[in-house]
Amino acid sequence: MTRLILRRLALLVPTLLGLSVLLFLWVRALPGGPATALLGERATPDAVARINELYGFDRPLPQQYVTWLGQLLQGNFGVSTRTGRPVLDEFMSRFPATIELSLVALLVAVGVGIPLGYVAARRQGRLVDHAAVVTSLLGVTIPVFFLAFLLKWLFAVQLGWFPSAGRQDPAMVATHPTGFYVLDGLATREWDASWDALVHLVLPALALGTIPLAIIARITRASVIDVQHADYVRTARAKGLSPTHVRGRVILHNAMLPVSTTIGLQIGLLLSGAVLTETVFAFPGVGKFLADAVFNLDYAVLQGFILLIAVVYALVNLAVDVSYGLIDPRMRTR
Amino acid sequence: MSAPEVYEVPQAPVDAGELAEDRRAGEALWRVAARRLLRNPAAVLGVVIVVAFLLVALLAPVLAPYAPGALPGRADVRPTFIPGPSAEHPLGLDRYGADVLSQLIWGARASLLIGVLSTLLGLAGGMVLGTLAGAFGGWADSAVMRLVDLMLAVPSLLLAVSIAAVAGQTPSSVVIAIGVVQVPVFARLLRGSMLAQKNQDYVLAARSLGLSRRTVTMSHVLPNSVSPVIVQATLLLATAVIEAAALSFLGLGGGSPTTAEWGRMLVAAQNELEVAPRLALWPGLCISVTALGFTLFGEALREALDPRSRRR
Amino acid sequence: MVGLALTACAASDRDTGGDDDGATDGGRDTFIFAASGDPSSLDPAFASDGETFRVARQIFEGLVGVEPGTADPAPLLAESWDVSDDGLEYTFTLKEGVTFHDGTAFDGDAVCANFERWNNFTGVLQSESLSYYWQKVNGGFASSDVESLNGTGKYESCEAPDAGTAVVHLRSPLPELVSALSLPAFAMQSPTALEKYDADGVTGDGEAPVLPEYATGHPTGTGPFVFESWSPGEEVVLSAYEDYWGEQGQVRRIVFPIISDATARRQALQAGDIDGYDLVGPADVVALEEAGFQIVNREPFNVLYLGMNQGNPDLADLRVRQAIAHAINKEALVAQTLPEGTEVATNFVPPSVAGWNADVATYDYDPDKARALLAEAGRSALTIDFNYPTNVSRPYMPTPEQVFTAIEADLEAVGITVNAVPDPWNPEYLDRIQGGADHGLHLLGWTGDYNDTYNFIGVFFGGTSNEWGFDNPELFAAINDARYVADLDAQTEAYEAANAAILDFLPGVPLAHPVPSLAFKADVRGYPASPVQDEVYNVITLGD
Repeated sequence: MTRLILRRLALLVPTLLGLSVLLFLWVRALPGGPATALLGERATPDAVARINELYGFDRPLPQQYVTWLGQLLQGNFGVSTRTGRPVLDEFMSRFPATIELSLVALLVAVGVGIPLGYVAARRQGRLVDHAAVVTSLLGVTIPVFFLAFLLKWLFAVQLGWFPSAGRQDPAMVATHPTGFYVLDGLATREWDASWDALVHLVLPALALGTIPLAIIARITRASVIDVQHADYVRTARAKGLSPTHVRGRVILHNAMLPVSTTIGLQIGLLLSGAVLTETVFAFPGVGKFLADAVFNLDYAVLQGFILLIAVVYALVNLAVDVSYGLIDPRMRTR
Repeated sequence: MSAPEVYEVPQAPVDAGELAEDRRAGEALWRVAARRLLRNPAAVLGVVIVVAFLLVALLAPVLAPYAPGALPGRADVRPTFIPGPSAEHPLGLDRYGADVLSQLIWGARASLLIGVLSTLLGLAGGMVLGTLAGAFGGWADSAVMRLVDLMLAVPSLLLAVSIAAVAGQTPSSVVIAIGVVQVPVFARLLRGSMLAQKNQDYVLAARSLGLSRRTVTMSHVLPNSVSPVIVQATLLLATAVIEAAALSFLGLGGGSPTTAEWGRMLVAAQNELEVAPRLALWPGLCISVTALGFTLFGEALREALDPRSRRR
Repeated sequence: MVGLALTACAASDRDTGGDDDGATDGGRDTFIFAASGDPSSLDPAFASDGETFRVARQIFEGLVGVEPGTADPAPLLAESWDVSDDGLEYTFTLKEGVTFHDGTAFDGDAVCANFERWNNFTGVLQSESLSYYWQKVNGGFASSDVESLNGTGKYESCEAPDAGTAVVHLRSPLPELVSALSLPAFAMQSPTALEKYDADGVTGDGEAPVLPEYATGHPTGTGPFVFESWSPGEEVVLSAYEDYWGEQGQVRRIVFPIISDATARRQALQAGDIDGYDLVGPADVVALEEAGFQIVNREPFNVLYLGMNQGNPDLADLRVRQAIAHAINKEALVAQTLPEGTEVATNFVPPSVAGWNADVATYDYDPDKARALLAEAGRSALTIDFNYPTNVSRPYMPTPEQVFTAIEADLEAVGITVNAVPDPWNPEYLDRIQGGADHGLHLLGWTGDYNDTYNFIGVFFGGTSNEWGFDNPELFAAINDARYVADLDAQTEAYEAANAAILDFLPGVPLAHPVPSLAFKADVRGYPASPVQDEVYNVITLGD
């Protein structure tokens, strides 16, 4: 087990190094070069020359890369041209928001997707099944931002059930020691702040969770259908095990393996979707900041955030794989 | 959106042996597949949607009452009023006075173009990488797979966004962005199925007959790896349409406000929900239905080409 | 999987813990006003944009204020002022008992410290993106590497004979000085705090300045609200200043959530998340009113125009410019894309400004004449770049894309091929228009800062610029000479002549004076709508 983790971690290093090379070259490939990235497209030649000298952009590329990498390793990801603050600070201050949102979205996806898929499979061919199949198909084919927009329009604007934007009611004075607003409220005993943060999460999490929900429901359905026709299920029934036991222990347990793999694969989808969902709901997370950076061509932020997200993504995937190893004995031997 | 993750769900590995068997049975595989396809109502729906979409896109000049971006009703639009459906404009006008029906029809053509070009790009890149890796193995294989890992290390939409941001504000940058994101998906798929084919009896047989590795790869291994690729390409067309809309939403892709493109129309319509909610309905529906069509078609194709399912 | 599910369950269990409390509004004393963007700096001396000034007006006050509902100067921190006959000596009598938020007393020395600070900006602080207004109004700095700014200012010195008086000496007359002092860029800041938090310690480049602690976290003024926090991209929070010299009012806390998308701002109001927002789109006005929200209009004190870059050889031909002016149907443009009540523009200044001229050349809608002029110029098959900003609302241009599309169609109708060049507003669009020569036609406008013709045409046509790309010394001189005419009537006459000269030369086409609108919840009362956006929230009342 430990060896597996170590090997995976070791494999991560060249991948991230490669990515850093690509990102480094990416900003160098901009029309006008990195000085343009800092100053904007219409910078005067004087300003460009000054910046080139200041940051050493006129030195040979490999030398620049090593310098840049050295700074990265010390946590220096540059400064956002839009806010004038260090990129790493911007990332860290927004990351809890995105984690909170993604977790709730995943909870929605798993909490609804698995029961939906299971019920559909057990009632295969009936109305529930058809409804579930259609839902899961629509879930994958509707653009995330459009869904987010519809949810907001209906439940926030027309019905007024949920807030339309942000993480916390601006009128609420609350302290945020950790940046996880829901937990902060619990830690500081500001219950209403915690509740308010949770209410703000509902619509974005629904929008973000829909695609994973659809996928999880489909895989669950397919997998339960597969399993319930399997020989060992027939054997279990023949041996006279109670139907409840067969359903709960045998079918569900065996059907869950492909489903749990699928759940792990949703992390990337959540991070991608966060860019769109957070933008629609003005939810101040990493995704929204990244979208703003795209709009403002804030290259330092784009570069830094993509690298940081890749690190997070890789670590989460690793953690997911390792936890499968713990669940599924077959994986351990690999 | 986010194509690769969506369809990277564990798939039943294509049983290469049986596929090969089918191939030896001549074109039977495709005929069987077509017959099976038509027996499945979901597949038929998919085929109908795809065919309708293709027809509309190809015949746009004939079908559309107005040229793309034309503003026949410009004088009738007011800040607080956008004329609805009429005899002259069956789906009404948009904010700028363009005929919505015409814009939708031309939009189908734009979507087809973006979808097909980006998928072709992804396919071409994936073919090169996947074939390199699958055919030569060893050093080439691990180099290619590292590159693929690298591209998969960034969530797909973020990758597309960064590429489009550098490629500039033009429609072709959207094609490039979506295409490049598909490269690792195709590369992996091809490599996997080629590796599976490599040790099949018929390949070993061909090799033992003295055929060169190149010949075997080109005339036996590659063609037999193609059907999962076709399935994947069909499915990725669906996501290309959705991803193009997402890039439009983030302000990438250029074009003017009256460009006939579904994603752009949808984004613009969000500002008019108070005045004319129908404007959001149409492009949203077009994107979803088209994506649905390609998804149904692609999945049915997968099932039909999958020999395992025949036994059921 | 198991691990995930466990954490998830734990989280959800605890989440419901906050359930019973619910959200309570309590007494309504927080005013939530959606901003369309971050302030560029909290130090208004380094700013020239609306979002920065909106925040700054709550925290800071200047010597001179604005007569409510007008663009005219009124006493504020200075209770009165005397101007010597030669127009070179301004004696300000200061309000007593005023303290800055950090406890520093506001007195004559504080006033002089501020003037001296502005005049002694050096290095990067002298770039236009930072000290724009001091440069524009004063004309230079105490010393500078740039020759045109080196000691060329009107300001000479400042003295404080006693705590309640400040005397400013000028080198030559500057009749607009008193009006200009109402700008937040010239607000009074605490000399102690400026020094303590290194206010002038800007590093980096003028294009990408790195701001010091003062400008990012410690703005210190005398206004009714104290700065509390700023989370870029998220919100700016202010709270009531307990020792404010004036009426504190009901609002104890102001939150400016930053919502860049216009639709999202409207929806936030409809969902009840915010109390109000600015830059309401013309399409939303009716819908919001019907839904029971209040629409508050500012008196239009702006101009929207179509710029024509004469760096482009086609546009350097006056006949082409005239053809374009005749091709545009301004009445239709206003009716189709701009708010109710908007007037078509003939001058580059709004009619309420003294130098506005009723008899300038107007270019009526006449497509045939436009075609004839193009043919005469030998440019019947003209292709031209048309730059416009995307995803932005300005007070003078709520929906740029729509204005662009309307004009584009007009131009195409007379045979001009338009090549659309959209850019995001900031920095791309502004950089492209103002920072280089690579543009053709463009949309831009201006909201006046105070009642003064030069504040419009001087900004546009005071000298050569990238935006307009022409060199017309005669026109520049007419405008700049008028600026320093001390006699008001003579000055008005000079400005009227300048306006007529501009419309003959036709560097651009003035299009309209759009009505800027704000929207509020029904129970927000007394919003002090001002043509120059001098809106301080201590006069607002909330609730019934």
